[in-house]
Amino acid sequence: MSDTSFRNIPFTVFRYNPQTDATPHVETYTVKVQSGMTVLDGLHQIKSDHDASLSWRYSCRMGVCGSCGMLINGRAMLACNTQILDVSTIAIAVAPLPNFPVIRDLVPDLESMFVRHKEIKPWIIRKDESESDRLDREYSQSPEQLEAYLQFSYCIKCGCCMAACPTMATDAEYLGPQPLAQAYRYEADSRDQGFEERKPILDKDSGLFSCHYGSECSVVCPKGVDPAKAIQLMKRQMVLDLIGLRRKKCSGLHHG
Amino acid sequence: MAEKKELDRRLGIKGWALGGRWGFERYLYTLHRITGLGLVTYFLLHILVTSTRAFGGRAIWDPLMGTLGSGFFKAGEFLVFAGFAIHGLNGIRLILIELGIATGKAIEPEYPYPTSVGNQRPLAITVSILAAVLIVLGAYNIFIAH
Ligand code: SF4
Ligand code: SF4
Ligand code: FES
Repeated sequence: MSDTSFRNIPFTVFRYNPQTDATPHVETYTVKVQSGMTVLDGLHQIKSDHDASLSWRYSCRMGVCGSCGMLINGRAMLACNTQILDVSTIAIAVAPLPNFPVIRDLVPDLESMFVRHKEIKPWIIRKDESESDRLDREYSQSPEQLEAYLQFSYCIKCGCCMAACPTMATDAEYLGPQPLAQAYRYEADSRDQGFEERKPILDKDSGLFSCHYGSECSVVCPKGVDPAKAIQLMKRQMVLDLIGLRRKKCSGLHHG
Repeated sequence: MAEKKELDRRLGIKGWALGGRWGFERYLYTLHRITGLGLVTYFLLHILVTSTRAFGGRAIWDPLMGTLGSGFFKAGEFLVFAGFAIHGLNGIRLILIELGIATGKAIEPEYPYPTSVGNQRPLAITVSILAAVLIVLGAYNIFIAH
């Protein structure tokens, strides 16, 4: 039988209103917690019972949209995907994802990540651009070729990895685990021919080689993307390219 | 349009300690950075000290060598050796990781998601044990045998 009893757990929440506050502060609210409740449910309860002005970002409630990444008891997680009692039965502390500016309360500004993601050209690049107009053709791909990049394509751009990365914390220019992992997602795709185009974007100061495998990004990633692995595999491609041993068999166009 | 007012939340140097779990690899990450900085500092001091021989001759060199033989500098010598053992061996682990050898290939992630951290963990433990053995041998050599 499931446990339906409630227990009171204090939620210490980071508060910041740019219109009225010079500095952030924390406020503590008591949340009536029942087994199965997520941190997102807890925040909803605070908003309806204690303070309607509390702000955070969410949409899907099921770990798909990537909106609700926040720091929960010191660790970057999705609020909708995290059950309160799995984190603590004593106290919960919620703050916005670090390494991003805060817009208000628990809402980080993820723009810097989106800009860098775009910078690495996260789309399939073909040498012959006119191929994309030939709608009667397709690129065939074997299950093995699909598996080479599928894991990395599950990224929902929640920013948890960027918040956990120690390099990100001290290097404002660092591309970061999310964009770097996506660079490899395309490099590993047999349909992509964009290595040369992405190379100068990755191989620069605060680029690919600024990652020192602290591996926090992979540990916090809520989708199993393992960005630290993708980044190391991308480095391998760069080194192989440097010594002239990089080989890639690209898919050609076939009749659909 | 009103100007966007945002609060800076970059962790800075605190991010080396905060921002995630304190797993085994994070200790190695931090140790690697600290030992790296220590070795560079030692290298600069080393150049400075040895250049006194070229510029100051024996008159400065001999008393300087006498001072460097003291217990305090022996401890420093040991720290340099320990830093070298950690940085060198962990460096080999990082090279193997960065060449994608110790991380494994892409997998179909199934919850609870395994990560490359688990793949390289035996290597991390091996280099740590080797570094510890080297440090103990170094301590014996510096403090007891000499
Ligand atoms: S790699 Fe993982 S943690 Fe990083 S943005 Fe994508 S889903 Fe989130
Ligand atoms: S593995 Fe690289 S990207 Fe991931 S947290 Fe560590 S330094 Fe950052
Ligand atoms: S609300 Fe969509 S991921 Fe949490």
